[in-house]
Amino acid sequence: MKDMRLSYTSGEQVEVYRFSWPVSVGLPLLMVGLQAFMPVRLPFLRIFDFGLLLTIFFAVSRRSQVSGLLTGAAIGLLQDCLTHTPFGVFGIAKTLVGYGASSIGIKIDVENPGSRFLLTFVFYAVHLAVFMAIERWLMGQPVHFNLGHEAGVAVANSVMAVFLFAMLNRFKIRD
Amino acid sequence: MNLFSRHKNTVVLTAVLMAQLLALAVQVKRQTAEGPVRVIRLVVVHTLAPFERLLIYTGESTRAVWSDYIDLRSVRKENARLKAEAGEMRLERAREQEDARQARRIQALLGFKEQWIDTTVAAQVIATSGTETSRLLELDKGEKDGIKVDMPVITPDGVAGKILAVYGDHLSQVLLINDPTSGVGATLVNSRLQGIVKGTPTGEVALNYIMGDESVQPGEALVTSGGDRVFPRGLPLGKVASVSMGRNLFLNVKVKPAVDLDRLEEVLVITAQKQRDPDTAGLGPIRASDILSQHLPGVPQTAPGTQPQNGAQAQLPAAASNAPQGAVPAAPKAAPSATQQSAAPKITPSTTPGGTHSASHSAVPNSVPRAAGSATQTATPPKHQSVPPKPLSAKPAGSEGTRPQ
Repeated sequence: MKDMRLSYTSGEQVEVYRFSWPVSVGLPLLMVGLQAFMPVRLPFLRIFDFGLLLTIFFAVSRRSQVSGLLTGAAIGLLQDCLTHTPFGVFGIAKTLVGYGASSIGIKIDVENPGSRFLLTFVFYAVHLAVFMAIERWLMGQPVHFNLGHEAGVAVANSVMAVFLFAMLNRFKIRD
Repeated sequence: MNLFSRHKNTVVLTAVLMAQLLALAVQVKRQTAEGPVRVIRLVVVHTLAPFERLLIYTGESTRAVWSDYIDLRSVRKENARLKAEAGEMRLERAREQEDARQARRIQALLGFKEQWIDTTVAAQVIATSGTETSRLLELDKGEKDGIKVDMPVITPDGVAGKILAVYGDHLSQVLLINDPTSGVGATLVNSRLQGIVKGTPTGEVALNYIMGDESVQPGEALVTSGGDRVFPRGLPLGKVASVSMGRNLFLNVKVKPAVDLDRLEEVLVITAQKQRDPDTAGLGPIRASDILSQHLPGVPQTAPGTQPQNGAQAQLPAAASNAPQGAVPAAPKAAPSATQQSAAPKITPSTTPGGTHSASHSAVPNSVPRAAGSATQTATPPKHQSVPPKPLSAKPAGSEGTRPQ
């Protein structure tokens, strides 16, 4: 099994990182706050889900499933606070994304831009699917799916992830 | 214990998911935002609000310095253009004043109760929900500014939304009209059809519950009907963008909102509405023949220069032309202008100290007493002509009172 893991990561052992407390608490608050503020002046920025990008970043850097799912839950619930939908919709979706991203982070190298782009694209889709399932089946709300729009938003978020992850790398502390 | 540590990840995942699912189920069942959920929301909103406020005010100051002191290149050119525009508007205003007098007189005849926007509070938008699924705004005004839940939120262009929650002395949340959970009673200005304007999951606005056999034309204006008891009647909502046959025998009417909901920076919250009789002072006495003309069946409008077909048609316009300045002409010609005045009011708030505005708002009819209502029904013109909407609540004429939100 260990050999298999090494083969996935091009012969290198995966690195595990941690983050300082101010970064772990302050960064999600800052990003979610910015996400709420920026569309007032620049409405098109509404398409970016910085909470999701941060969940993926923390999950693949820490490479711990428990840590990943708890981070996802916390960021998701933080976003829920700013909406008028029941508390837990974003929480559940991001919990699953955090768990999934950290599970993949354990197995493959996610340090290069290509894999980060793909990872974000896939988890954007997962997040959307979970979110829509909750809205449709748990809350009984009508959902609307526009493949073209969602694919575009997923690509935009993935491109943003490549640049954002590169910037956030400086906060990493090698374990 | 050994089993737990072996499956720790799965157990924690299941526990966290179950806790959230349980919380979700309780909230969906209760349908309220009370209890611990409200407390958590309060804490988070209050934590983020100061930073958002700081960012907004910093941006505003920078923009003010740039636009007031640095970017003055095209000011002379713009000044000349605005002067020319002001001249044209003065002419337009004189014509509209005459129409307004006419409208007020008709409202008096029909016993209309005008609904005035009494006071408004100007507020700055400091944040959004940050998601595409929840169309909310946060305002920098709250309880101390007189903001309460369900108060209408408008701009000079029309309706933006209503207050969803008040989170403290200087913080409140607005539900925009393009949110799927919002709903505004609406009337189509020309056809007088009534429906409910709701948001869609994609952030668009649609007019619901218009039967498939009705005729709705793209471009037709929509105003608030007042039936929802939140928005005063007659505020602009938008225009019909497209019409198609929907499901369940209803039309699928898409609406282009009057307000650019994605670019709201400042809004007005209507904190009090006032009902009163229309001001007809200085418009001349109301004659018995004027009242009688309202009770007569409608007379088809004749094109200028054409000869009336019979004596009855010839006499009524003549009576109107002999009437004193501002007197009511025959019903069919006068009624549309009356409705147009009430249908698309101009909101021109004048600021008073403390940010509270006393808005001078053109008359918006609210309710018609029974007697006047029956008079209206007697003289009901064809459907395409504007008639005063049916009364929502009949109140005796002459009563006056402020309706706090």
